[in-house]
Amino acid sequence: MCGIIGVIDRQKQKMNGSGIKEALSLMNERGSGEGAGYAAYGIYPDFEDCYALHIFFDNLVEPKSKVDDIIQKWGRVVHQEEIPTKEQPNLKRSHVPWRYFFKPYTDLMTGSLTPDEDIVKYLVMEINSSTIEGALVFSSGKNMGVFKAAGWPEDVANFYKIDEYEGYIWLAHNRYPTNTPGWWGGAHPFNLLNWSVVHNGEITSYGTNQRYVESNGYQCTMYTDTEVVAYLFDLLGRHHELPSEIIVKAMAPPFWDEIDEMNDKERELNKAIRLTYGPALMNGPFAIVVATHDGIVGFTDRIKLRPLVVGEHGSRLYISSEEAAIRTMDPQVEDIHMPGAGEPVIGRVVT
Amino acid sequence: MEPVHIDAKGLHYTPLNQQIRRAVSEGATEIIVDNVLGQRFIADGLKGEVTIRINGVPGGDLGMFMNGPTCIVKGNCDHAPGNTMDSGKIVIHGSAGDAVAHSMRGGKVFVRDDIGYRGGIHMKEYGEDHKPILVIGDNACSFLGEYMAGGIIIVLGKSDNTFGGRGVGSGIHGGEIILRGELKERQLGVGAKITEFTEEDLEKISPYIEEFCGSFEIDPEKYLDTKYTKIVASSSRPFAGKYVWE
Repeated sequence: MCGIIGVIDRQKQKMNGSGIKEALSLMNERGSGEGAGYAAYGIYPDFEDCYALHIFFDNLVEPKSKVDDIIQKWGRVVHQEEIPTKEQPNLKRSHVPWRYFFKPYTDLMTGSLTPDEDIVKYLVMEINSSTIEGALVFSSGKNMGVFKAAGWPEDVANFYKIDEYEGYIWLAHNRYPTNTPGWWGGAHPFNLLNWSVVHNGEITSYGTNQRYVESNGYQCTMYTDTEVVAYLFDLLGRHHELPSEIIVKAMAPPFWDEIDEMNDKERELNKAIRLTYGPALMNGPFAIVVATHDGIVGFTDRIKLRPLVVGEHGSRLYISSEEAAIRTMDPQVEDIHMPGAGEPVIGRVVT
Repeated sequence: MEPVHIDAKGLHYTPLNQQIRRAVSEGATEIIVDNVLGQRFIADGLKGEVTIRINGVPGGDLGMFMNGPTCIVKGNCDHAPGNTMDSGKIVIHGSAGDAVAHSMRGGKVFVRDDIGYRGGIHMKEYGEDHKPILVIGDNACSFLGEYMAGGIIIVLGKSDNTFGGRGVGSGIHGGEIILRGELKERQLGVGAKITEFTEEDLEKISPYIEEFCGSFEIDPEKYLDTKYTKIVASSSRPFAGKYVWE
């Protein structure tokens, strides 16, 4: 189990975090109090050109000085501070959440068409793969941020004062860890650069997917399956520049017998995707919502073993595990429906 | 006795169910629950001759293990309404999520519009009076009647959209799935087969169609013909020899 909800305002009108907190808390039954988190886009307008690096430090002595060292070699820290938090009686503070607003020196990365993003990706992988003990980067996009911890949705939201952030996209997740322990880094959303992922279910093809992303320069370090989805989206979406529809087709493709029934053009396309991106195919039960700066996409596994409900109201698109959660955020929501297995639901910013 | 009113706004399902049970034990025959939003397990394990009117969108497992009551929902339902229900009736004025009537063993579930995936999964029947009936007014999704062991599922397809799912009756070894319109062989699950829908079949399901239509004030006339496809188990033991050799 696990509860997920995502919302986009396609005209980029901002919402504070109070609505999504309430919606996620409604799905408390889907969690176990061992992980909850939020991602919000558009929250750092004063630093919109900087990568906001959110880092869990075990303490602010050795781990932080090592992180300071490495990131200042690769770029300039425009501003840094402890992420404001408020103690909650039911939430144990296991780490110090910190944020840097960071601008990479783009001339340091050779042979890359997107040197700034590749520097940030390199730093995230370097810090997280245990070279620096006691530091974990959990958010690294521009003008966006992830806030997560081990706790119930409401406690985590109040801990990070989620109500005070204003974003045009929000994702939220309530965790019921089943295969690996609950810990701060294992809470969702998982993020790399601008990609954030919330996920209900488990990815039984994890080994194949992990080998595929690790052979492309990513390192899985969070002891849970979902992070691989963030890296797959970065690889297929950013590096290979595939649109979301095609990424979803690669991850949750039609069955071969369905492909056989398609017209020539569709069949060729679907065959090509399956053959090229076989190692990106994900098996097992899942419902996923992924966000990036210009939109969100929700989809389920191809035999629909997890729930996903969609609702629309004006410029807002909601994707969630439960209709009641959407109605909590927006009682006036219209057009409630359930997408088919593997069918992408896409909300894009229109500007 | 006057109907009992309960306001469920902001109420967790435990105190909500306690209020419902108290009302039933005090002899209520009609309970109206307003402002329902996401509360799971409503009327679970409840016994008695009572009608519960649920206004809003209840959470999953409505009427699980229920034995006798009638639940009338004005709104959509989440997953598995009628889960392992023993007897009674659930009437949904809207749509419902995945696994509707999961493991249901008696009584009726009527859904006015659509249901999600795996409707009627593990439905079973036994004895004279345990024969569950699931009727869907519009459409269902893939794996309808998965592992079904008994009872009847009827899909009326009121909007004339053809059933586009796959894996119908996957692993079925008892009961009947009756779909309005045609079904292609490739849409069948393993262990399921299509048989002719006969006049006798129509005679058998007519009372259920009439009762369903009566619940939603629909004219049953257009559904009382033989334009259905019937799906049953391909043999009495479709999986004999799958795991052991005899």
